[in-house]
Amino acid sequence: MAQETKVAEKVRMLDIYIMGKRYQVSEGLTIMTALEYCGYRLIRGCGCRAAFCGACGTVYNFKNDPTLRYALACQKLVEQDMYLTQIPFFPAAKPSYDLDKMEPTGEQILKIYPELVTCFGCNNCTKSCPQDLEVLWFMSDALRGDIKEVAIKSFDCLMCGLCAARCPQGLVPYNISLLCRRLYGRYIAPKSKHVDERIAEIEAGKFDAEIEEMEKLSLEELRRRFDERKIIKD
Amino acid sequence: MPYPAYMEESIRKVEATRERRLKEELPRIPVGERMPVLKEFHPDFIEAGMRELLVGPNKGDRTPNELADLLEGNSRIDPDKIELDKVDYDVDVLVIGAGGAGAAAALIAQENGANVLIATKLRLGDANTIGYQGGTQAADRPDDSPALHYLDTVGGARFTNDPKLVEALVKDAPDAIRWLESFGVNWDKNPDGSYFEVGLAGECVPRCHCCKDYTGLEVMRVLRDEVKCRNINYVEFGPAIELIMDDKGRVAGAVLVNLETNELSLVRAKAVVMATGGIGRLHTQGFPTTNHYGATADGLVLAYRVGCPLVDIDTMQYHPTCAAYPLAILGLLVTEKVRGLGGQLLNIDGEQFANPLEPRDVLAACIIRECRQGKGITTPTGEVGVWLDSPRIDVLHGEGTVARNFPAMVRQFARFDIDMTKKPMLVYPGLHYQNGGIKFSPDGATPVPGLFAAGECEGGVHGKNRLGGNSTLDLWVFGRRAGRTAAQYVKEVKLSKLTLDHVRRWQKELKEAGLAEVRPISPKLLPDYARQPYDYLADYVTERLQPGQIKVA
Repeated sequence: MAQETKVAEKVRMLDIYIMGKRYQVSEGLTIMTALEYCGYRLIRGCGCRAAFCGACGTVYNFKNDPTLRYALACQKLVEQDMYLTQIPFFPAAKPSYDLDKMEPTGEQILKIYPELVTCFGCNNCTKSCPQDLEVLWFMSDALRGDIKEVAIKSFDCLMCGLCAARCPQGLVPYNISLLCRRLYGRYIAPKSKHVDERIAEIEAGKFDAEIEEMEKLSLEELRRRFDERKIIKD
Repeated sequence: MPYPAYMEESIRKVEATRERRLKEELPRIPVGERMPVLKEFHPDFIEAGMRELLVGPNKGDRTPNELADLLEGNSRIDPDKIELDKVDYDVDVLVIGAGGAGAAAALIAQENGANVLIATKLRLGDANTIGYQGGTQAADRPDDSPALHYLDTVGGARFTNDPKLVEALVKDAPDAIRWLESFGVNWDKNPDGSYFEVGLAGECVPRCHCCKDYTGLEVMRVLRDEVKCRNINYVEFGPAIELIMDDKGRVAGAVLVNLETNELSLVRAKAVVMATGGIGRLHTQGFPTTNHYGATADGLVLAYRVGCPLVDIDTMQYHPTCAAYPLAILGLLVTEKVRGLGGQLLNIDGEQFANPLEPRDVLAACIIRECRQGKGITTPTGEVGVWLDSPRIDVLHGEGTVARNFPAMVRQFARFDIDMTKKPMLVYPGLHYQNGGIKFSPDGATPVPGLFAAGECEGGVHGKNRLGGNSTLDLWVFGRRAGRTAAQYVKEVKLSKLTLDHVRRWQKELKEAGLAEVRPISPKLLPDYARQPYDYLADYVTERLQPGQIKVA
């Protein structure tokens, strides 16, 4: 009995509100695990559960503070009096384009996303980013055609969609920056010579004999070769 | 939640030994001497965690209990209630799964003239691919070669791989990197344009290509965009729950279910590419996992029921370093790149106990051994782990190296008030990858006509232990190969009458083996994390599921 009391004391219970209904959950749960603890079986709004896929971008506020906050449900710990709701990821404008036929210029970006010019700098996108990216900054870089800067500043974007959800002009920063990164990787980043040379060597069959020989080696000989191989560190 | 005081005490020991450890390197265990530590401490060798399959093509083979239950599971459908003459989609190639392998297969199949449909359980790109951090191996450096890549790969697996699959893997690798770059993937590069390559465990030359520690995110969001740009048809939240065959024994489509409305739809397809990924959410032997929400081995179950054998299903990969603290991110992948750049593993006294670049199976076993011997650090909630000394990287390579290479991880730990550039991380092995899977050949074909496989759901490439950076390479190499072969195959196939007789035969086999009433329904589709999980036992005995009444796991 004494031991039970001790355990009960150790775990602090918090009041949270899911779509208006009150639940008690233990401290230390994330928004996602708290929903599951309360009996919600997640289908949408749940993906990698490790802050990579952007499926669980969510909003929350507090019982006595209506200001909206933004987070990834898989990372944000629940707090006392938190008000939760789930926003499933919803589709956004995504034109088709052929990267082969494009040029890495500002005009090109405006051709695909002409609405970019309607941004009036309210900064809601930046405020809503659960990765704390400077969304408005890279949107203005995109407007100026500075593709490299967009690629650098937007690189950590999970495409969770919260910025687009909050944009009063209906812009989709995560798709615009994706186009910029693709143009950067394809056309602007310096090219590797090694990879072209190696592909040509492979196509010419340069390594075939060596690999085929290893395929036929006795286990003992292969093991010896493996243990004796030279290790290059950098 | 920063580290509690008693853990800080152990961190001070880590800091005290750091300078001495700058030059300390423990020897790697020779390949012939790995078995004793593996046999004693690796989960694959724990007898109670495995059992022999009683039915199907792998009858008599051992596999983890959690997977055995599903492979011996009951179908979600009653074939008598399904009208196969009313199909909803009629395509050349159906790709099941929309991670890296599925996207690659779909793109290449379409390029080769096939009409393609992708069906996936969650969203396009919600897959293990998106969470991969470390990178992709490819031997493109002048001092490297595909032959060395071959040697590393087979040695890492204790020579248990299929040599022809490994040959395909290493020879296609440089081209896979260039192919992804042609779509605009931002690989990390040196100023001269050569790739920034990290040496992961078991590699004799650094050959892992990365995009900071968001490699999977970068590649997946680009491929997802390309699939959309090319207007390839896809169905989200619509997993396959059974394959359809024709009366000549060829795979000829699949039954999909709408995860939210329970509605079924039927796909007739001349070829099916299975690209459903891994198994982590089965939590074999109770391990936490690095895998995404949908990793429940569905493709293995479907392939097994059409008579396709599986290989190497007695081995799972437990990634040596997954977060053990704080509890909210238990099981979070801590990429091998941390060790590749100089992170050492330390016990409670701040001492090394294994070379951090041992292959994953060996290192996982060494960590478990250290903890069993009382040299681990126990967290306030009872988890145990060892230190991974990330600050050593900045000491070795200069301040800012950690922040530059691991933005995702720095952010993840910072959310819990831990600065991994200054403090070590507490880690323990977690379920990471299914080494084996569907038997297939280098062109992507399985032994069952019309069925192709790519990515984590297939087996043989990695034998009984995969090297870091080879799983994602597997996606691009075999995804593209399966897509190409499937597109060729459909040009010559004319399907005959569709049938679900294989499901009838399967249920009969289960019944005769006395299993029908004691096994769950499968595929599992999603894990049971909600507090009142669905009751398997109540359901399948009393009411055989019918179309329109399909319940989710």
